[in-house]
Amino acid sequence: MAEWIISILLLIGGSFVLVGSIGLVKMPDFFMRLHGPTKATTLGMACLLTAAMVFFSQSEAGISLKEILISIFLLLTAPISGYMLIKSAIHHKLDSIERTKGKDNIEDDV
Amino acid sequence: MRTEARFKWLPTPFRSLLLFSVWLLLNNSVSAGHLILGAILAVVIPLATNPFRTKQPLILHPWKALKHFFLVLYDIITANIQVALLILGPSKKLQPGFVKVPLDLDQAMPITILASTVSLTPGTVSAEVYPWKESLAEDEEPEQRYLLIHVLNLKDEQELINTIKQRYEAPLKEIFEC
Repeated sequence: MAEWIISILLLIGGSFVLVGSIGLVKMPDFFMRLHGPTKATTLGMACLLTAAMVFFSQSEAGISLKEILISIFLLLTAPISGYMLIKSAIHHKLDSIERTKGKDNIEDDV
Repeated sequence: MRTEARFKWLPTPFRSLLLFSVWLLLNNSVSAGHLILGAILAVVIPLATNPFRTKQPLILHPWKALKHFFLVLYDIITANIQVALLILGPSKKLQPGFVKVPLDLDQAMPITILASTVSLTPGTVSAEVYPWKESLAEDEEPEQRYLLIHVLNLKDEQELINTIKQRYEAPLKEIFEC
């Protein structure tokens, strides 16, 4: 039973991470590429970590909750790294594709 | 908004609680020894590091904060599925865009939380907070702050701004009372 749960969680997690990476390759410009890795991977990692929790809880003595710490850490750092990337992209005036709306909302930096 | 905690010996109550639970999780045990050691660390570390910190507003409504946390968690799950579908769909149909969201918040901590939730939720990544900090004189307070976000598939700009303000900003304002 536990083996089934672990396998299903691993598959779901793996496919979300895969979709995130596909987004990284497929999207036309930098800003759109950023959406895949910042989002699709959080749920993917959550599934993988839950799978790890189930696995270690049934194979060792006692329940294992350490993985919660990893997910909290990821939830805190994923938006920050995305923010740093997009901030430097704007600073370097990277081109976004032409149909992007509201480009005039970007202010020139000092 | 309040920046000073009720008890002097516990300057940041929720950070202490977080430290305590992180200690227990790291050790993966709830034995008496770890409970006592964790409690001591949870009191001593915030007290020792308090002088280094800039004053931030405290969480005044923990239950609302918890409710907001679960709402965001739910949104993260839907966001993941939505973005996954958008990525797998034809990328020529996507209409990306930059949107400026006017902010009612003015403290660094709530704005950081808002920007991070925006990054984690459906199709939006926060990019910048305007006006630039460098363009302001020291201690100068700007009249209106904006959050610049990049949207993967922009349909209705005004609706998006309203959603962010009502769903994510209003609860934060209540939690921190600022």
